[in-house]
Amino acid sequence: MTPPSRQPAPDTAGSGRPRVPRRRDDRERYGTRILWAGFAAPGAIWLIVLFVVPFYVMLAVAAGQINAFFQTAVPVWNPLDWSGANFATVWHDVFGPGAFLGGQAVRTVVYTAIAASLCLAIAFPVAYFVSRYSGRRKTLFLVLLIAPFWVSYMMRMLAWIDLLQTNGYVNRALAFFRLPGHNTNWLGGDSVTVVLGLVYGYIPYLILVLYAGLDRIDKNLLEASRDLGLGKWRTFWRVTVPLAKPTIIAGSFVTVLPMLGDYYTNQLLSAAPGTTMIGNGIEGLLGSPGEQGQGAALALLLLVVLLVPMGYYVISTARASRENI
Amino acid sequence: MAVIAEKPRPAAPMHLPGAQRERAGWPKFLPRPNPWRRAWFLESFTWLYLIWSIVPVALAVLFSFNNGKSQSSWQGFSLQWYVGKGDTSVLHNPELHHAVIQTLVLAGLTTVITVPLGVAFAIGIDRWRSRTAAGLSFVMIFSFVVPELLLAVALFFVVTQLLRFIPLGTYAEVAGLVVWNLSWPAIVVRARLVTIGRVYEEAAADLGASRIRAMWRVLAPMLMPAIFASAVLVFAGVIDDFVIVEQLSSTANTQPMSVLIYSNVHSAGLPGPALNALATIMLGFSLIVAVLGLLVYRFMTRQERHGSTEALTSIAGM
Repeated sequence: MTPPSRQPAPDTAGSGRPRVPRRRDDRERYGTRILWAGFAAPGAIWLIVLFVVPFYVMLAVAAGQINAFFQTAVPVWNPLDWSGANFATVWHDVFGPGAFLGGQAVRTVVYTAIAASLCLAIAFPVAYFVSRYSGRRKTLFLVLLIAPFWVSYMMRMLAWIDLLQTNGYVNRALAFFRLPGHNTNWLGGDSVTVVLGLVYGYIPYLILVLYAGLDRIDKNLLEASRDLGLGKWRTFWRVTVPLAKPTIIAGSFVTVLPMLGDYYTNQLLSAAPGTTMIGNGIEGLLGSPGEQGQGAALALLLLVVLLVPMGYYVISTARASRENI
Repeated sequence: MAVIAEKPRPAAPMHLPGAQRERAGWPKFLPRPNPWRRAWFLESFTWLYLIWSIVPVALAVLFSFNNGKSQSSWQGFSLQWYVGKGDTSVLHNPELHHAVIQTLVLAGLTTVITVPLGVAFAIGIDRWRSRTAAGLSFVMIFSFVVPELLLAVALFFVVTQLLRFIPLGTYAEVAGLVVWNLSWPAIVVRARLVTIGRVYEEAAADLGASRIRAMWRVLAPMLMPAIFASAVLVFAGVIDDFVIVEQLSSTANTQPMSVLIYSNVHSAGLPGPALNALATIMLGFSLIVAVLGLLVYRFMTRQERHGSTEALTSIAGM
């Protein structure tokens, strides 16, 4: 707990109007600090014990030993005794010659890139239409847009498992229109199916984020742009897109980050080794005796790679909330 | 229905210089486009998206009522996968039956713990202006964006290596779900706190209320819709959750519906439509929560304008 400072606390609440400084003695202010800290404490303790500490434990396991007899991980708590063996093994598995995790890493990046781009390409026009052009039917469109948000991920994947069976409706429709590919075994390890599953699984969240952001754009700015002589397209590119940029970036993170940790979509829709992603690698290592430490090391490696985008997201969120205040 | 609709205007303001310049390159013999025309292309695209997003799920619900084992051809209506005799209906298969209960237990417990913790956390962080508070707020947002698998793996290690008094199973699942969902009430309530500001509380203080009393009598009622919305989000989020509960469940007895569906999709154990039935029950729970949430939220904010749209978006965490 920091000692109470002598300066009056910056009044950032309210609308930034000048406020008459109120005279309080230090004891009262110290008391309120204790009060607010007490409010935050239970949640903070839960967060630290079950969010911060677990990552340290993961590090201790990754840099720890293996019990040779039971083949279980033995964490090493003291950083001075940490070994980099697991990290070296995992690094070699991902980047070394004949690496069995290399393919997973490449697929993770490629699948995520394609799926996230498709998500954005589909979600943006839809969110744009509903926020700008839906007029009186906005509530109807919103209900329909939000509906998939309430359908569980498993249900959405099951739906495609039904449709993509070899004698399912997709193949029957292809055969009906005499299109090629009506004999495809979609669920037998097809990358297209996995990417489609990822798009279908994560797009509802992206649409909601994009809609919320686009809906907040001040319509007067668009009218001003039109009044000043810009056409429809130039208004879109020079006013709407720049104003929507933070939303687009936030939305992309919201889709990309979970996709990078995904291991169930490809299991449900293909279950073939040819479509596994890095999440499957982590899961597989955790499940094999004697390799839990490597699993922890791989998870930490992924975490380190993701720290940059996550940090960016966290900082921009913090900045946005400060501007709102 | 309170919706800001752009009223169609009869004609574009042609006398404006902007309007003229915009059409400078337009050939004279073509009719001028009406700037307020409907966006047909975008509208069709949106409808296509909606069909694509909703029809597969509707078909999956339909197949849960299939009178046969097929997940791809319709063999007539039956309720055999819900209440049928034998081991393959949700009612009579102990595993399926138990999964439903486990999901509800997890959702209930997690909501009851998470919401008070998160609300108090949001209020505390918002008022307690210090470096510690800023750091905690950072950690909270990190827990919001970290990929669920990484958190689940870390939780698995902490439960098996350090905090061994938390056994894998329901206790560990709830502990993990609380930390994963804590950011919902924290973010939603904090945003609401920022919009409310401190004016009302100060007015209450000027009228002689103590700090706690002002919070209880003035702030709490104003926060209620946000608190309620976050409770709905947490409850529905737990019903849907898969990764954390999969990593932290121990025996089949502690597997909720999502994990059971995942582990049975490729096994010959349970036929497809039974899983569809289970998923449909999950969907039913979510929809009940959503509709109830919407109605109660609408009732709570009945004096505000734009209530219905606002209620919809709040309940979906927007």
